[in-house]
Amino acid sequence: MSSASVPVARELVRRKPPASVRRRRFLLGVANHSLLIVTAALFIAPFVFIALTALMTNDQALSSHLWPHPFRWQNFIDVFHRSPLWRWTLNTLIYSGLATLGLLISSIPVAYALSRMRWRGRNAVFMVVLIALMLPPQVSVIPLYVMWAKLNLVGTLWPLIIPNWLGDAFSIFLLRQFMLTIPQEYLDAARVDGCGEFRILTTVVLRLAKPGIAAVALFSILYTFNDFFLPLLYTIDAPNKWVVSIGLEQFRSLHQVQWNLTMAATLLVMAPVIVLFFLAQKAFVEGVTLTGVKG
Amino acid sequence: MSLTPVAETGAATTVAPVTDRRRARRRAAWRRRRFVLLLMSPWIIGFSVFFGYPLVFTAYLSFTHYDLLSPPRWIGIANYQYLFHQDPQVWGAVKNTLWIIAIAVPLQVLSAFGIALMVARARRGIGMFRTVFYLPALAPPVAATLGFVYLLNPATGPVNVVLRHLGLNGPLWFQSPGWSKPSLVLLGIWGVGNVMIIFLAAILDVPKHLYESAELDGAGPLQQLRWVTIPTISPVILFSIVIGVIAGLQYFTQAYVAADIASGQASQAGDQTVNNYGYPEGSTLFYPVLLYEQGFRHFNMGYASALAMLLLGVAFAVTLFIIVNSRKWVHYATPEG
Repeated sequence: MSSASVPVARELVRRKPPASVRRRRFLLGVANHSLLIVTAALFIAPFVFIALTALMTNDQALSSHLWPHPFRWQNFIDVFHRSPLWRWTLNTLIYSGLATLGLLISSIPVAYALSRMRWRGRNAVFMVVLIALMLPPQVSVIPLYVMWAKLNLVGTLWPLIIPNWLGDAFSIFLLRQFMLTIPQEYLDAARVDGCGEFRILTTVVLRLAKPGIAAVALFSILYTFNDFFLPLLYTIDAPNKWVVSIGLEQFRSLHQVQWNLTMAATLLVMAPVIVLFFLAQKAFVEGVTLTGVKG
Repeated sequence: MSLTPVAETGAATTVAPVTDRRRARRRAAWRRRRFVLLLMSPWIIGFSVFFGYPLVFTAYLSFTHYDLLSPPRWIGIANYQYLFHQDPQVWGAVKNTLWIIAIAVPLQVLSAFGIALMVARARRGIGMFRTVFYLPALAPPVAATLGFVYLLNPATGPVNVVLRHLGLNGPLWFQSPGWSKPSLVLLGIWGVGNVMIIFLAAILDVPKHLYESAELDGAGPLQQLRWVTIPTISPVILFSIVIGVIAGLQYFTQAYVAADIASGQASQAGDQTVNNYGYPEGSTLFYPVLLYEQGFRHFNMGYASALAMLLLGVAFAVTLFIIVNSRKWVHYATPEG
C-alpha cells in the first residue's frame, strides 16, 4: 500500500483494468468465439455433405438419409469408368500449362516497362490496362468468336491459349504492383555495375519479384482450372476437347440423375485446388492480399 | 550487347565535343525507347487484336444482321429498336443483373467484413479460421454450384432434411422463381473468402494507437468500429465493392450451371440437349446469359452485338462513376492517395 516509491508512470501502464471491464471483455470474447465457431461450421458443412453423398449408393443419395450406410468408396473409381475424366484432366493441363507459361513470358516485360522504366505516356498506357481489366469479356467475345471461326480454330483449345501469349491485363497489373515494391537501390547498384536494362530485368528484377511471379502463376492456374465461359464458347460441340469444368457440368446429363457419382466427381474436381492451396498457402494469401491492399 | 550508357557518357564528357555528346545521348534515348517498345510489344499486339479490334467490330456488327454463315447485312438501328422496345427477355435479364448488384454484392461485402472482424478478434486460431473461410472460395464455380444444387434440392437435399428435423418447411430453392436468386446469393456468400482475406489483412493493419486513443476518449467497441476501423480500411471496402459490381455485371457461370442442373433435375429425363436458360421462369436469366443464348445458341450475332454494346456502355459508366465518386467516400491515410 505504502509503496509510494514505485514510479507513477509505470504504475499507470501496468495497472489492470477494473473487474467489471475485464468481465465484459471476457464475455465479449466468448460470444465472439461461439459465433465464429458456428459460422465456421456452416462454411464447412457443404463440404461434409458433398463428401457424405459421394460415399452413398444411388438409392441412399435419393433418400433423405444423411449418413451413408454402407460407405461406397467404389464411387470414386466408378467416376473414372463412367466418364473420360482423364481426358478432361489432360485437356485442362494443356490449357492451364500453356496459358500460364505464355502469360508469364509476355506479361513480365510489360510489367517491367510499366513499373521500373520512365517514358512518356506510361501512365496513360497503365490506365488503358486498368480499363481493359474492368470491362466484361462478353463485350468483345462476338468478333473474337468470328475470328477464331474463320481461322478454323473453334472446337480446339487454341482460342483459350493464344490470347495469354500476348499479355494478360490482370497479371500485368499484379506484377507491376509487385515490381514497384522493389527498392530502387538494387536497380541502381546493378546499373552502376554496368548492367543494361535487359540484364537488370532478367537477373535483379526476376529474382526479387519471385513471390509476385509465383502468385501470378498460381492465379493463372486457378483461373484456367475454373474457367467455364470460354471453354463453353469454343469447345462445347467438341467433347474430346472438354476441360474438367465443362465435363463436370455435363456429367449429370451423361449419367442422368446419379447424384452420388456426381458428388464424387465434384469432390474430385475440388481436390486438386485444395491440395494446391495447402502446398502453396503463403503465396495464395500474399497474392490475394496484394490485389487488395495496393489497389 | 554494345556499350552501356554509363560508359558512353563517361567517355563523352572527357574528350568528345558537344555535338558528339548530344548525338550519343540521343542515340541512347532512342535505344531506350526502342527497348520500351520491345518490352511493351506483346501487350500492344494483344490489346489491338483482342480488345481494340473487337470493340470496333462489335459496334459495327450491332447495326447488322449476322448469323456467321452469310456476310453481315446492314439493318440500321433495328437491333436497338428490338432491344429497347420488343425483346420480351431483355428487361427481365436487366432486372436480374441489377438485383445481383444491388442485393447480392452488398450482402457479400457485409458478410466478408463481419467474418473478418470476428476472425481478427479471435485470441487464437486466426490461421485456422482464415483457412476454413477461404477454402470454399477455392472450390471451382462449376463444382460449387453443382454441390449447392444438390444440397438445396427441395425433396431430399440435406439442407431441407435438416430443416425438417427442426420442424421447418424448407423452400424450393433453385426450383422456385422466388428463391433461385437467394440460393445463388447463399452460394456467393459461401465463396466470399477472397474478399474476407483482404479485409482481414486490412483490419489487422489498423494501427493499435488509434484504438487506444479512441478508448481514452471513451469510445465503446461499436464506436471504435464506426470511427476507427471503417474509416481506416475504407479504401479496401471501396475496392471490394468495385470488384463486386464488375463481377456482378459478368455474372454467368453459376447462373448457367444452376439453371441447367436444376431444370434437368426437375424433368428427371435423360434428354439434356436443351439448356433451360434462366430456369425457373427466367429468374436466373442474367444479362450475360441472355447475350450468350442470343449470340452463340441462336447465332443472332448482330443482335448479340447490340446487347454487348449496351453492356459496354453500362460497365463503362459504372466504372467511371465509382472512380469519380470514390474521393467522397474514402479516407486515404497517405497524402498522395
